[in-house]
Amino acid sequence: MKHLLDTHDLSIDDIVNILDVADRMAEVNRRQVPKVPALKGKTIATVFFEDSTRTRLSFETAARRLSADVLTFLASSSSVNKGESLRDTIETLSAMGVQAFVVRHKSSGVPLQLSQWTDASVINAGDGWHQHPTQGLLDAYTITREFGTPTSLAGRTVAIVGDIKHSRVARSNIDLFTRLGARVVLVAPPSLLPSHVETWPVDVRSTMDDVIDNVDVVYLLRMQLERMQSASIPNLAEYTRLYALTPERAAVLQDHALLMHPGPMNRGVEITVDPADVAGSRILQQVTNGVSIRMAVLFTLLGGDSVSSLTAGGEA
Amino acid sequence: MSQSLLLQNVTVVNPDAVFVSDVLIQNGRVSAIGNGLTGDIVVNGSGLYASSGFVDLHTHLREPGKEEAETIESGSRAAALGGYTAVVAMPNTDPAQDNVATVAFVREQGIKAGLCEVLPSGCITVGRLGESLAPFDQLAKVGVTLCTDDGNGVQSESLMQQALVAAKKLNITMAQHCEVSEMTIGAAMHDGECCSHLGVPGWPAEAEVQMVLRDIELVRRTGGRLHLLHLSTAESVALVRDAKKEGLPITAEVTPHHLSLQDTLLKSFNPIFKVNPPLRTPRDIEALKEGLADGTIDAVATDHAPHAGHTKEQPLDVAPPGMLGLETALAVVNTAVTLDVQKLAALMSWNPARIARLESHQGRPLAVGEPANIAVWDTTSVWTVQKDALASKSKNTPYHGMAVRGRVHHTIFNGELVVHEGKALK
Amino acid sequence: MTTTAVDILGADDVSRAITRISHEIVERNPALDSVVIVGMQTGGTWIAKRLCESVNKIVEGANVPLGAIDISLYRDDYSLRPVVLSAPTDIPVDLTGRTVVLVDDVLFTGRTVRAALEALNDYGRPRAVQLAVMVDRGHRELPIRPDYVGKNIPTHFSDEVAVGPNGVTVSAVAT
Repeated sequence: MKHLLDTHDLSIDDIVNILDVADRMAEVNRRQVPKVPALKGKTIATVFFEDSTRTRLSFETAARRLSADVLTFLASSSSVNKGESLRDTIETLSAMGVQAFVVRHKSSGVPLQLSQWTDASVINAGDGWHQHPTQGLLDAYTITREFGTPTSLAGRTVAIVGDIKHSRVARSNIDLFTRLGARVVLVAPPSLLPSHVETWPVDVRSTMDDVIDNVDVVYLLRMQLERMQSASIPNLAEYTRLYALTPERAAVLQDHALLMHPGPMNRGVEITVDPADVAGSRILQQVTNGVSIRMAVLFTLLGGDSVSSLTAGGEA
Repeated sequence: MSQSLLLQNVTVVNPDAVFVSDVLIQNGRVSAIGNGLTGDIVVNGSGLYASSGFVDLHTHLREPGKEEAETIESGSRAAALGGYTAVVAMPNTDPAQDNVATVAFVREQGIKAGLCEVLPSGCITVGRLGESLAPFDQLAKVGVTLCTDDGNGVQSESLMQQALVAAKKLNITMAQHCEVSEMTIGAAMHDGECCSHLGVPGWPAEAEVQMVLRDIELVRRTGGRLHLLHLSTAESVALVRDAKKEGLPITAEVTPHHLSLQDTLLKSFNPIFKVNPPLRTPRDIEALKEGLADGTIDAVATDHAPHAGHTKEQPLDVAPPGMLGLETALAVVNTAVTLDVQKLAALMSWNPARIARLESHQGRPLAVGEPANIAVWDTTSVWTVQKDALASKSKNTPYHGMAVRGRVHHTIFNGELVVHEGKALK
Repeated sequence: MTTTAVDILGADDVSRAITRISHEIVERNPALDSVVIVGMQTGGTWIAKRLCESVNKIVEGANVPLGAIDISLYRDDYSLRPVVLSAPTDIPVDLTGRTVVLVDDVLFTGRTVRAALEALNDYGRPRAVQLAVMVDRGHRELPIRPDYVGKNIPTHFSDEVAVGPNGVTVSAVAT
């Protein structure tokens, strides 16, 4: 595996393997000195054309715990705003000697575009409405580990609630969850569902109350407040009434049900209950797992390539 | 008296007959047709078709304003290599072709290049802004036969209605870019299943269909002549078919790329495949082919849209839409659709010549005394498109590396051999 | 490519070697309750397990703990190897102040042992580390020597050495 651009590029074996490696990274993260020399001498550049401090810090923490060197490139302080082409940007950074680029961009497809102009690995850290594969992997990791079924989500129902149409998280998660065997139910107003949603491997419900008492996971998406201007939803109060996780709805969750959110939360919009009061909340655990998953991805992409004849000799 | 040019042993494709003959050209005209002719310059035409030169209703030459992408000279050369002896230059230049001076400039640059006829189109609205009508009467006086805001649809129904009224009065044609713009804000590809999964803002088919529907009604009301640019959806084809049955003065074109490429190519997120209107689905492609076959669609037009390389190295939703077309049009159409050679010549030359009102000297049969604007081509040579081998200043062809069938060998413009064996002579 | 395999040790030889080494461990470490036996994933773990069982049988009341260590994240030769993590590290006790008997099947260049020493350090600071291997096949690239050896076997660099409970085989690979 050279790049991580889209969850669809991963086989089930790839997915299970990354989650497995993440277990090992989680062990490293629990140590007093959570650092191993696995990627010593490698340089990883986080290239964020769109700001996302959390995701960037998660990747940079992961890289440092594997002893890689980290370069940080923020578009807001760069020449990109002066109209530099994507190709020029990536070629310039490649020339500094980088083994992996972690890329965030507000336009779908940019990580894939960049991968054609560099020999380095490219990791998609979120592109437009398209994909956010490490978020999907860390969410799959969180759920499989919580339920103690490391290779499968068979028999589980996950409700993903909110702005599906504009959500890269939803696209990655739906693909991973369904391929691991889960049933996914989307809960959203019609204006926030993607066109042609009937071609997606999901069920659709129009209010939270249709699903809340019989799901294994409630996955809330962040409501992008700027969607208000584009008139995708009539008003926030209406949205909150039908789609938010309220204390009343939290009360009818099954005992084992998990509450998840990719962050950052809009309290009072998609969530009006304090997650600290929800026993099944794994919102902080997701953040912790995010570091392990990103370590696993970096190690899987950069930890080595093919077997050489020098490995002959019984010392494995 | 100039040197004579002999096309030896070519298969002449005329509307009334297809036959093997020699064709002698002298002083800009066909001077003799028959066997055993002799000439000063002899071009072997064995196994090749000779028809009237192709006419492109839809070419972006980018001059004035974006000379780094194309100039009238480089675009004319690309046209000649594609077998074209006339192109209609789209008016989205900078300044726009909404005034006599710019129109005159474009025409003169075309004459200076001398590779094909460049017919400037005019705008429908001033600056293509959709706010006030362009001065049609002045434009018509300097030879403009076709007005369009191409790149933008004319959103205002009342302006479009007034434009069609004027078209009728001045005996010109309004060419509509069919797109309801408020339905396509930020759009980067066809709004379909593929788009939904890729998370790209979608270009719904309805945005085109709604405009086609509205403009057909306006033609019904006004009687003004309307040409529909680059149809891309099955529903549009059906609407135009019915409108023609009704006898409305409507013509329509389709591009080679809408006949050959589908929306799933955008899975690559490569802006080379971004075009307006967008590449659609196999169902749409089939409907467009049926439209060609039954005459609903009158012409193939390239929408040749050069863009400097770096502009296509931007994100898909930022990069400008458009792709090259002139040098690959015949081959792409011939590869995508099975058509007999007369139908091919009709779509590439005879019909568009009429739509552009160039029928006095373009799209003519090869006969003694006719102006010698001729393309010599075949439908069987297989070749691979190489972007760097194209004459256009830009390289944004979606067909790079693709094998296609059919080739233009020679082009004769005003009696002069401007392309010989696939090479431009000037 | 042809391969010729030669059996060097049989199952009985392997068992005898394990018994002998476990006696040597007991002799060398009078303070047996500070010893922990750690097998290297994955080739050393079965040997470590049998050594541990044997040691605890030799000395009545002994309860020497058994651990396992994976050195995948500590290698200095990634570019030469596939990215496969072996079974996980499992260190049941804090290693600080302990004597670790590190166990592997084959000692070759010494690079795996170097990585294991670095990995062990992340679980505490052992008082001493001793090295036990079933086969020492030579070709060291680092200043590392074993404390306990089942059998010294001269090999060519390109030979392959396979160690299991049923014996030891050396395969000469002629390309």
